[in-house]
Amino acid sequence: MARRLDAFVTKTVTPEPREGNAPVRIAETEHGMLNAIGLANPGRDRFLAETLPLLRTLGRPLWVSVGGVSARDYAETCALLDDVTIELNLSCPNVDEAPESAAEIVAACRAATSLPLYAKLSPATWDIAGTARAVEAAGADGLSLVNTIRGLALGPTLRPTLARAVGGYSGPALRPVALAAVYACRRATQLPIVGMGGVQTGHDALELLACGATHVALGTVLFADPDAPARVRTELADELERAGFATPDDAVGVAQAAVATVEN
Amino acid sequence: MPRRERRSVVAVEWLGPYALLRVERGSLDPGVPGQFFMVEAPGRVLPRAFSLCLAPRGELAFLIEPVGAGTRALAALPPGAELAVFGPLGNGFRLDVRRPLLVGGGIGVAPLPYLSQALERPPAILGFRTTEQAAAAALLPGADVVVDPVLVTDVLPADRDVLACGPEPMLEAVRAVVPNAQLAWEAPMACGYGACYGCVVEVDGELKRLCVEGPVLCSS
Repeated sequence: MARRLDAFVTKTVTPEPREGNAPVRIAETEHGMLNAIGLANPGRDRFLAETLPLLRTLGRPLWVSVGGVSARDYAETCALLDDVTIELNLSCPNVDEAPESAAEIVAACRAATSLPLYAKLSPATWDIAGTARAVEAAGADGLSLVNTIRGLALGPTLRPTLARAVGGYSGPALRPVALAAVYACRRATQLPIVGMGGVQTGHDALELLACGATHVALGTVLFADPDAPARVRTELADELERAGFATPDDAVGVAQAAVATVEN
Repeated sequence: MPRRERRSVVAVEWLGPYALLRVERGSLDPGVPGQFFMVEAPGRVLPRAFSLCLAPRGELAFLIEPVGAGTRALAALPPGAELAVFGPLGNGFRLDVRRPLLVGGGIGVAPLPYLSQALERPPAILGFRTTEQAAAAALLPGADVVVDPVLVTDVLPADRDVLACGPEPMLEAVRAVVPNAQLAWEAPMACGYGACYGCVVEVDGELKRLCVEGPVLCSS
């Protein structure tokens, strides 16, 4: 699967190892899935010593997802990385939030590394365009839109299906939410945007580009279809041709052109 | 190596309330008993995990209990319907056992027919909650069958190499009688191949992914 990717994004790395939350920590819903994995990961030291060298053998550009409970956690991990793009997981619904704001965390990381920094924002952010401007001013090189959104499902006995009750909701239901976030942030910034949220087909990818994303990421669909990267790439090429775009770049932001300019 | 292929439904046959879904095998490898496949569930976001029940010539067969939207949709598929099948996945049963005894509870009978063939038809004990469900015992000719309120552990000898599959309380009860039994566990799965970290169960105080470390686990 990895050979068909333009980049591989790791699971979030935290300073200490994390086992994650107690099972049951996944559940399917009508139009998506919930996960309360809880950032299970081997921790920063083992990631650097074992996981990262292994991932390098894939021969693809690597993006490392960085998490933590404080700005210092994030910055320390950034300082230890080299020859990767960093995606700051600022918005996981399954762990306690850091007390600092997204912009403060980005600023701390900017001071710690010259590697490219992408800020992954939550779709539940009250003013996502405002947050986009703030993280840009703090030194972010790009945005990743969107993370999962808080969700809950009940089982047949009217009890939550997840052990932790609430989890992150992903999959097709998130697609309009992702489109709205990309659309809003593109109006606020010229930063590169990795659009993600419920992409299953080339057409879904095209719609993210149309709203203003410059890149597209796949998540939940990979669980159902590990061949999705190759398939979506082929489908996107067909969609672009059908729509009359010579290159993917020509499709970026076309949805914006139709709306009279209004400032947010 | 697991493969993912689109395969056609050959037929769905009913054994009591259980549906035996037969699909064309194509170039899929049936794997070893206890391994499972991720099968596309029509209209659903995620596939479903089923252990291989039987490997008839040119086919793969999965025993399904229709309990929710995905399993009901699968049980209703007509011949010729296509779906994605991905596998074989996970670790199966160890077959180097001297005195095997197969133990199954309810839908846990699913991996046992294929296992039984591999071990040349050892003794088997199957337990079901109802006599309707006990129709699935036809998949294991010669098995001892008990129905609620009799439990498999009521008739389980302690001196065999037990290979068991069934509900968690049954597996715990079997392990209490036969500490080194091979137990095939189950957990909700999203990917089935180790990516999502969703199917973990606690084993000896640690969380292990059933799709990678299991689904068959044993204490020894």
